[in-house]
Amino acid sequence: MTRFTPIQTLAADNVLVEVRDVRHLYGKAGGANLLVLDDVDLTLRDNEIVGLLGRSGSGKSTLLRSIAGLITPTSGEIEFPVRAGEAPTTVSMVFQSFALFPWLTVLQNVEVGLEAKRVKPDERRRRALAAIDLIGLDGFESAYPKELSGGMRQRVGLARALVVDPSILLMDEPFSALDVLTAETLRTDLLDLWCEGRMPIKAILMVTHNIEEAVLMCDRILVFSSNPGRVVGAVKVDLPQPRNRLDPAFRALVESIYVQMTQPGQAQGGRQNEGLFPGTGVSMVLPRVSTNTLAGLIEAVDGAPFDGKAHMPDLARELRYEADELFPIAETLQLLRFAELEGGDLRLTPAARRYAQADVDTRKQLFAQHLLAHVPLAGHIRRVLDERASHKAPAARFRDELEDSMSPDYAAQTLKAVTSWARYAEAFAYDEGADVFTLDDPD
Amino acid sequence: MVFLSGNPTAARPFARFLRVGTVPSWADPIAFLLLAAAAILVVRGAEDMSQSLAVLHTTPVTLDPARLPQYALRTTLRMFLALGASLVFTFTVATLAAKSRKAELLIVPALDILQSVPVLGFLTFTVTFFMGLFPGRQLGVECAAIFAIFTSQAWNMAFSFYQSLRSIPSDLDEVSRQFAFSPWRRFVRLELPFATPGLVWNVMMSMSGGWFFVVASEAITVGNTTVTLPGIGSWLSLAIARQDMRSVAIGVGAMAVVIVLYDQLVFRPIVAWADKFRFEQTASGERPGSWLYDLVRRTRWLRVLAAPLTWPATAMAAIDWPTIPRARFARFALPAGTGRVLDGLWIALVAGLGLVGAWVLWSFLSARLAFADLLTAFGLGLATLVRVVVLIALATAVWVPIGMWIGLRPAWAERLQPIAQFLAAFPANVMFPFAVAAIVAWRLDPNVWLSPLMVLGTQWYILFNVIAGASAIPSDLKEAAGIFGMRGWQWWRQVGIPGIFPYYVTGALTASGGSWNASVVAEAVTWGDKHLEAAGLGAFIAKATAAGDYARVALGVAVMSIFVIAFNRALWRPMYRFAERRLRLA
Repeated sequence: MTRFTPIQTLAADNVLVEVRDVRHLYGKAGGANLLVLDDVDLTLRDNEIVGLLGRSGSGKSTLLRSIAGLITPTSGEIEFPVRAGEAPTTVSMVFQSFALFPWLTVLQNVEVGLEAKRVKPDERRRRALAAIDLIGLDGFESAYPKELSGGMRQRVGLARALVVDPSILLMDEPFSALDVLTAETLRTDLLDLWCEGRMPIKAILMVTHNIEEAVLMCDRILVFSSNPGRVVGAVKVDLPQPRNRLDPAFRALVESIYVQMTQPGQAQGGRQNEGLFPGTGVSMVLPRVSTNTLAGLIEAVDGAPFDGKAHMPDLARELRYEADELFPIAETLQLLRFAELEGGDLRLTPAARRYAQADVDTRKQLFAQHLLAHVPLAGHIRRVLDERASHKAPAARFRDELEDSMSPDYAAQTLKAVTSWARYAEAFAYDEGADVFTLDDPD
Repeated sequence: MVFLSGNPTAARPFARFLRVGTVPSWADPIAFLLLAAAAILVVRGAEDMSQSLAVLHTTPVTLDPARLPQYALRTTLRMFLALGASLVFTFTVATLAAKSRKAELLIVPALDILQSVPVLGFLTFTVTFFMGLFPGRQLGVECAAIFAIFTSQAWNMAFSFYQSLRSIPSDLDEVSRQFAFSPWRRFVRLELPFATPGLVWNVMMSMSGGWFFVVASEAITVGNTTVTLPGIGSWLSLAIARQDMRSVAIGVGAMAVVIVLYDQLVFRPIVAWADKFRFEQTASGERPGSWLYDLVRRTRWLRVLAAPLTWPATAMAAIDWPTIPRARFARFALPAGTGRVLDGLWIALVAGLGLVGAWVLWSFLSARLAFADLLTAFGLGLATLVRVVVLIALATAVWVPIGMWIGLRPAWAERLQPIAQFLAAFPANVMFPFAVAAIVAWRLDPNVWLSPLMVLGTQWYILFNVIAGASAIPSDLKEAAGIFGMRGWQWWRQVGIPGIFPYYVTGALTASGGSWNASVVAEAVTWGDKHLEAAGLGAFIAKATAAGDYARVALGVAVMSIFVIAFNRALWRPMYRFAERRLRLA
C-alpha cells in the first residue's frame, strides 16, 4: 500500500512503537471530511532519532499527537510492544510553543510531570534538580518563564519532558520558535547529550519542516506529502555525528529531499495525490499568501541569475526563506498557472514572464484572468455575482459551503485568501461591514 | 473596579522566596500586629453574629459614633462572607458549566439573565425563608442579608470563571493531558491559576456592587416584619429616618474609610499577587504594586510563622484524589449517535421544566394580578427606560470629553484614574439623603430630579473606561494625526472616537446595567417622614417590597429583567461586536 518499507536493523524485537494504517479525518460528522493522515505506517526502534518532515498541514503533528495519546486517530493501530522484563514504553513531549505554566517557576514547571505521577516531594525535588542540571538550567530554578529567553524556555520544556524518564521523547517542531543562533545551540546541546547517552531516553521522534534540521539530527527521515498526509519517502541518514552542513554529502541529501518534496505524490507509485492543497475544486483549502509575495517571487525568478527557472534550494538560500515558507508561495503560483514545479525546480510560465515585465494595470488584468480561470472558488464566487441581478452575495453563503468540507478555521483562512487575491485583481469586492461580496468596484 | 496604579520599580530578584533567613526585619512587627488585629476583629464579629435575635431588641442600633467601628466591622464581615459564598458558587457552578455540555446549555443563559436582573427584588423572598431556617436567632437575618449581597456578587464571577475555563490555551491543555493530570491537579495547576486574573477583577467589581446592596439589606422591612442588623447600612437608614444630616455624614465617612482600608489591605495585595498568573510569556513594563504585599514579602519571621498557615493551599495542591481508571469507563462506551439522542432528551427535559415553571408563574401571578398590572409595569418600565437612556447620554456628553482630555495627559491620568475607580466603587445610595433634602427644600419635581440619582454611582464607569481608552491610543497614531493637522471634529471622528469606542462600550454597558438596578432605590427615596417618588418601574418594585406584595415584586423584577436583557441585546451587544471587529488596535 504505502511506499515506506522499514529499514532493517540488527534485532527485530527492539521496536518501541508500531504505527499501522493510521488514518485521521477532521471535519463534521456526516459531512465531507478533510483527510489529514492516510494509511501511515511507522516503526520506531531503540536508539534512533526519527524525523517527520513535511509542510504545514501534512498531518505530521497529528501523527505525533496520536502517538502521545492526545488524539485518537479515526482508524488504525498504534502499539507499544511490551518486552519481557522491561517497563512499558512511555512517552513525553516537547512543544513548539514551549507550553510552560507562566505561574510556576522553572523548578515547579519541571516537577509538574512528577507531581502528576505522585512522586514523593523529596525525590521529586532531587530528580527535577538533576534534570535542570543536565539541561543547563542551573541558577534559573526560581525564575518564572516570562523572565527567560526563548532558548532558556525551551530548555525548561526539555527538562520537563526528560525528568519523567520517558522511553521516547516526542518533539513537535521544538526549535522553530527560536532564532537561528539559539536553535543551533539547542540542537547541538541536545545531540551531545544524546550521543553521550546522558539522557534516559531510548529514541527521539521529532516533527520538523526544516530540511537541514532533519538531516542534521536524524538517523532516519520520513518525508510526508500533504493532502492527504502520507509517507512518500524514507531517507536514511548515514553521515557520522557531528554532521557538517557544508559537507557535500550533507548538501546532496538536502537537495534530494527538496526534490522529493516538490513533487507531491508524483511517481511515488501507489496513489496520486489529489492536488496541491487539501480538498478539491471549490472546497480547496487555500493558503494566505500575499499578492506582494507572489509578485516578489515572480520577479525574483524572472530576474538574474535565475532567468525564469530556479532550483528551489538555491532560491530558498537566495531569498532567506525556509523550505516550509517557500513551498506555499511556489505552490500558489503553480495553482495560478504562473509556475511549474518539477524535480526541485520552479519554472515560470510565459504568462508569469509577461507579468514580470508588465505595468500595474496589465498585471492586475493578467492576475484576474488566472485567478478566475484556475482558482475554482474565485471563479465560483464571480459566477454567482454575475448571475444575480443585484451583483451581491452574502459571504456567509460561501463560508457555509466551505465549512461543509473543512474546519471553520480553514474556511475563514480560505475565504480571506480568495478575498485578498480578488481585491488585488479587482475581480470582485468585499464589504466587511455587511459581510457581502459585490461586483461594483469602487472605480 | 480595577486598581492598576503601578509600581514599576518593584522588579523581583529571582530567588527572594527561596532565601528565608531567620533574622527578623523591621517589617516583621508591623506585619505581625496587622495580622493579629485582623484575627481578633474577625472573632469579635463572628461572636456578635451568633447572638439571639432578642439582643437586637434590647440593644437596638443607635447613632452613637462609638459604636460605629463595630458596625463597620460587622458590615465588612458580611461582605466577605458573601464573597466566600460567591467563590464557592463560582467554583462549582462555573466548573460544571465548562465541563458538561448539558449543564452548560442551562447554566450559561441563566447566568446571563441573573447578571442583568435587579437583585434588590430577591430580598423580599429570601428574608422570610432564612428567618424560618434559624428561628429566634440573628443568624437567620444575617443569612438573609448575606444572601442579598451574594446575589449581587456571584453571577459575573461565575461567568468570568466559565469563560476562562473555556479559553485555556491548547498547548497547556495538551501538557496536562500528556502528563495525565488528575482532574483535581488540573484544577489547581492549570484552571484556577489561569482564571485568577479575570476572577480577581470580577471579585473587585462584585465588591463594589455589594456595597450598594449592603446599605439596602441591613435594614430589612418586608410587609410588617422589620429587622435592623447592626451595621453601617442600618446606621444610615436610622439617620435618614431621623433626618440627622450629621450622622449621615459620619456614616458616609465611615464607609469611605472601610472601602479605602479593604482596598489597601485586601485587594491591592491580591492584585499584586495575582499579577504572576497573568498569561503572558513576556514581562510587562508595569506591574501593580501594593505596600502590604511588599511588606509581607520583606518580612522574614512572619514568613516562617506563616508557613504553617499556608497549609490549606499546600495541602490543596498536594491532595491526591484516587484516580478512576479510564478503562472502566471505556468499557461502557456508548455507540456513536447515543450522545446526540441524550442531548435531545436533555433539551426536552429542560424545555419541559421551563413549561412547568411558566405555568407555575402564570398561575401564581394570574390569581393575584390583572392584565392591567402587566400594562402598568410595562408603562413604568418605559418611563425608567427613558430615564436610563437620557442619563447615559448626558453622562456620555459630560464624561467622554473630560475623560479624553485626562487620558491624553498621562500625568493627569495616573493621578485621576484611581479616584474615578474609587468613586465607581463607592455606594452612591448613601449620598441620596443629601439630594432628597435639596429636592424637598427647593420643591423640585421628583419625576425629573430624582433621576440623576440613578447615574450618581454608575457614571464613573464611563469616565474611567474612557480615560483608559484615551491613554491606550497609540502614540504613533497621535503623532500621525498631529503631522496631518487633524483637529476638531475630524480628529474626534477619525482618531478619538474609534480609539476609545471599545472602552466606552464596556463602561456604558456597566453603567446602564447599574442604573437599572439603582432605579429600585433611586426612584423612591425617604428622608425622615418625607417620601419622594418618581413614576417608574424601580419605584413600583420598591413600593411592592415595602407592602410585602410578592406578586407585584415578581412582576416588576420580571419586567425589568426583560427590559435590561432586550436593551443589552438590541444596543450594547451589537456595538460591542462592531468594536471587536472593526476598532481593535492590534
